[in-house]
Amino acid sequence: MSVEKGLEGVGSWLDDRFTGAKGVRYLLRKVFPDHWSFLLGEIALYSFIILLLTGTFLTFFFQPSMTDVVYHGSYTHLDGVHMSQAYASTLNISFDVRGGLLMRQIHHWAADLFVAAILAHMLRIFFTGAYRKPREVNWLIGITLFTLALLEGLFGYSLPDDLLSGAGLRITEGVLQSIPVVGTYLAFFLFGGAYPGHVIIPRMYILHVLLIPGLLLALITAHLFIMTFQKHTQMPGKGRTNANVVGAPAYPYFAAKTGAFFFFTFGAVALAGALAQINPIWLYGPYNPVGISAGSQPDFYMGFLEGSLRMMPAWQWVVFGHTFAFNVFIPALLPLGLIMTGAALWPFIEQWVTGDKREHHLNDRPRNAPTRTAIGMTTVAFYGVLWAEGANDVIANHFDIPLYTITWIARFAIFLVPWFTYWLTKRICLGLQRADLHTLEHGVETGIIRQLPNGEFIEVTEPPTDEERAVLLSRPDYPQLPAGGESADGVPAPGMRGAVGRARERAYNVLVESVPLEESHAHGDGHAIEGNGHGNGHGDGHAPAAVPSGAAEDEQHGSQGSTQQGESH
Amino acid sequence: MSWITARRRHPAAGYVILVLGLLLVGALYASVTGAGTSASASPPVTTAQALVSAGQRIFAQDCATCHGTYAQGTNSAPGLIGVGSAAVDFQVSTGRMPLAFQGNEGVRKPPRLNPKQTGEVAQYIGSLGGGPAIPSGAQVSTSGANVGLGQQLFSANCGACHNFVGAGGALTYGKFAPALTQSTNRQIYEAMQTGPEAMPVFNDTTITPSEKRDIIAFVTETRTQPNPGGFSLGRVGPVTEGLVAFLGLLLFMVLMAMWITGKKKGHSGEES
Amino acid sequence: MTDSNVHGQSPEPEGPAAPHRVIGTPSPAESRSMLAPAPEEEHPPARELPPAPEDEHTNKAAKVVAACFILAMLAGLAFIAVYFIFNDHSVSAVTHGNLALGLTMAAAFLLLGAGATVWVRHVMPKVEIAEERHPLRSSPQARAEFAETFKEGAEASGFVKRPLIRRSLIAATVPVALAPIVLLRDLGPLPYDSLDHTVWKKGLRLIVYGTNRPITPAEFNTPGSMITVAPEGFQSDYDAMAKAAVIIIKMAPGQLQAPTVMNWTVNDIVAYSKICTHVGCPAALYEQTTHHILCPCHQSTFDATRGAKVLFGPATRPLPQLPITTDAQGYLVAQSDFHEAVGPSFWERS
Repeated sequence: MSVEKGLEGVGSWLDDRFTGAKGVRYLLRKVFPDHWSFLLGEIALYSFIILLLTGTFLTFFFQPSMTDVVYHGSYTHLDGVHMSQAYASTLNISFDVRGGLLMRQIHHWAADLFVAAILAHMLRIFFTGAYRKPREVNWLIGITLFTLALLEGLFGYSLPDDLLSGAGLRITEGVLQSIPVVGTYLAFFLFGGAYPGHVIIPRMYILHVLLIPGLLLALITAHLFIMTFQKHTQMPGKGRTNANVVGAPAYPYFAAKTGAFFFFTFGAVALAGALAQINPIWLYGPYNPVGISAGSQPDFYMGFLEGSLRMMPAWQWVVFGHTFAFNVFIPALLPLGLIMTGAALWPFIEQWVTGDKREHHLNDRPRNAPTRTAIGMTTVAFYGVLWAEGANDVIANHFDIPLYTITWIARFAIFLVPWFTYWLTKRICLGLQRADLHTLEHGVETGIIRQLPNGEFIEVTEPPTDEERAVLLSRPDYPQLPAGGESADGVPAPGMRGAVGRARERAYNVLVESVPLEESHAHGDGHAIEGNGHGNGHGDGHAPAAVPSGAAEDEQHGSQGSTQQGESH
Repeated sequence: MSWITARRRHPAAGYVILVLGLLLVGALYASVTGAGTSASASPPVTTAQALVSAGQRIFAQDCATCHGTYAQGTNSAPGLIGVGSAAVDFQVSTGRMPLAFQGNEGVRKPPRLNPKQTGEVAQYIGSLGGGPAIPSGAQVSTSGANVGLGQQLFSANCGACHNFVGAGGALTYGKFAPALTQSTNRQIYEAMQTGPEAMPVFNDTTITPSEKRDIIAFVTETRTQPNPGGFSLGRVGPVTEGLVAFLGLLLFMVLMAMWITGKKKGHSGEES
Repeated sequence: MTDSNVHGQSPEPEGPAAPHRVIGTPSPAESRSMLAPAPEEEHPPARELPPAPEDEHTNKAAKVVAACFILAMLAGLAFIAVYFIFNDHSVSAVTHGNLALGLTMAAAFLLLGAGATVWVRHVMPKVEIAEERHPLRSSPQARAEFAETFKEGAEASGFVKRPLIRRSLIAATVPVALAPIVLLRDLGPLPYDSLDHTVWKKGLRLIVYGTNRPITPAEFNTPGSMITVAPEGFQSDYDAMAKAAVIIIKMAPGQLQAPTVMNWTVNDIVAYSKICTHVGCPAALYEQTTHHILCPCHQSTFDATRGAKVLFGPATRPLPQLPITTDAQGYLVAQSDFHEAVGPSFWERS
């Protein structure tokens, strides 16, 4: 009873000042749809919070200075060795501050998880089409967050000034230096003079603990606010339309689930910090510009840059006394530029191609947007080949493959693998669509085998439930393009004119390619799905018949073929 | 019916047979390949001439086919006159010689000759003149060594091939710099002195014996050091760390997400 | 008042226009809410949650939840205890301490999470409710009113009608906006031609890096030798070493060929810059048998017998060769600085 009175008192006090009753109640009742893939962004969010907490602890002990000191701490192997204060303070945290090593390790594991989760979350958003109107701005904010996270991680692991991260800094300087016209100036301004100088660690420190986290916090807040204001998207299902949100209310359900997930995130990185050693800087030794190790890689999220640097053939121009170091700035700028620019522009490209300017709050199942999913997987494959090449010497050593062979394979794979991935992913998506159609028509397999009187064995099927039907029938509904060819008076519609218009039409046909739902009753007792010319993967210039989106199953009538038991397969 | 026959159709019967078969084959193979004794002890001391003669006999038997009757070299193998007993001791005690097959390079494997025989053939080659001698125990002892200096020298000259702590690395054309996890003090010293295969030579006037001891101390003490952070993940660096982040952490979080959001059947009558 | 955007499900025109707001009158509280106001105003059926069940299943689940939380508490207490138990600072103490602290912390959090999950899934009543979405687009009425207000304000400010004010304002803000960029000029010095030079000069001795010992050809006499050297007096100066690090290699007679400059070698000892010409890692891996210098960062490979020319990998230029000779005492010394810039390529490098 007294708790209730206490809460009433506090609530009343606040409401007197902030008029919160209606608004907060609204927030408490807010509906959050439930799907495991919606929690990927939360992994990133909670990793970020963990980074803030552990990072604050570390700032109490870390000294961002390149001043030379002689070490006399608990790690006796390095006793008497000259090193920077940054490195010495990191050794101090690891060996002379109780729990320091654990905090360092949790911080680093959380950083790895942060970036990995952002990648997974970004892919989920892409594959389900959740970046479409009205969420384009949030998508752009997300891409910015990803870039900032990469930079934050780069500066963070370079702070201890150890041999491995120092090599990475040297590479950064070499890359900067290679940029035409302004490269040497950029390098000298960043490092305060010749490499390595004495200011790069303190500068990175401020970027790492103040500037970038501030930007991240602001953008994350905006990201979450927009998501809350526009309401979360939802996966298709029974009762879920483009005009509602179905789920459980924030209070107490979502609050409990998200709280549980925060504990899981913290527990997971704590477990990793307890069991898996990460960034053992005492083994790498303090940085000096003369030492290096075999198998030097940056943290995984920078690995794709490393791979592109390794893969690039030696190519430069020297023109009128000036060097274009293509071998350096192309691999440094091109892959990242391609991926980020492509990702940023994609929602607008898709909007232009499909002419779809409506709000979208229902996600697409990835299989129901085969071209989009294939394009996404192509990007993943491209990124993945770069990533693998970044580890080429480790792979060479552990799998006994000659070093140069891996690089040669990568030089071809970077073109061939994405092409192949596009084709394969598209076929898989179309195949999954056919499997869905099959389930709709023939029912769900129950695993029960029955023998018919004539001796034949059949598997008993049952019709899909309403919920399953709603999911299986959900399809994106693309608007029809205005006629690109001749209209009544032979004039193509605006937006469809000329070479651009023809390209748009062709892109549209490829983008909306799917196995249509209608073909389900075009076959007899075989599966002549290919017979009626649809869904065989080639655009034939016609927009597909509009398929209603959403999940109102009463719109789908019983023309879906028999779903009786006893049908043989 | 016997106990075994009664269970011949047991679902696990096939697996049991398979495992027994593997164990049998493995045991046979192990007995045939014959693990040599550990090559870490110093060769025993007898009169120099007796050692050389014994070594000459072993050489004629095990080495001359490739290296020539008088160690002058053939098409298959270089001459050994002037390489010194240290080189022989290194190659033979690590099992690299005799080579299993002509390939890119020899690999560490159980040595064919025991320490006594190794010492003898080493003395024989050493008697042909020239080359560094096997270092003494005092020469390779690491007591009082400066590990910090060893680390600095290692990272400047050795880490590029062998990795920060000697976990090994890839070279060109399928060669590799081996991991140093099993090398004895003497073998490390000899490798530096003689520059086996692709490894450069670091003679005693370039890296002094004291500095060599510092490097040995760094290698041997680092590899036995516990990993305070947990499992070392191979001490390879961010590659394995990234794999753990994806295959471990992210996967775990996805599984937890599936648990949290999973729909249960039947609790409140709602269909799943 | 003018909160028609609240009620509209579709952008249909409103009835008689509501009175325009007079500038200065605060709008009513409802239309100030940033979020769409609570829909229960228009939808009288309240979204009630079902009552929390108390059957056997939920009671058992509640016990599981409690057990998780109690174990979590114990793990948390263990964490605190472990912190004070492990006091030694040796590597092995840190090893045990890290494991113990980490495991107790992980247990506490994971158990908290597990308990909360079981709580939500098995104790709380299952519920699924729907919340209506409203079109995000404001009604035409609201848009028109906004446009009106904005235009009125712009007119009142004179920004549109008075190009004198407008243009002079823009002119005033441009330098202020540029000022922060200008302030960054002293982040670093201009490079001038510093990238073209290193600290090497005539007569400067080569010392074995890490030892401060100069070296003679008689000492460095075994073919196949390689060692990292530094200019005497500079081995602790990282700014200098980042460009001045050098490796010397002893070849067998006759192995060195063009374009290696033979005048710059001594007794088949050749000196190359250690700083890779790709992006500057130390190219430290030397294979005695193939005479390849391999940079471990991106696998640029150089042929040490032929002037360190590039054989494979992304580097475009050979490692610069340092001219060396011996001094009066027989130690290896430089003849001069490098004859070209060392390290990664840059724009001004011809």
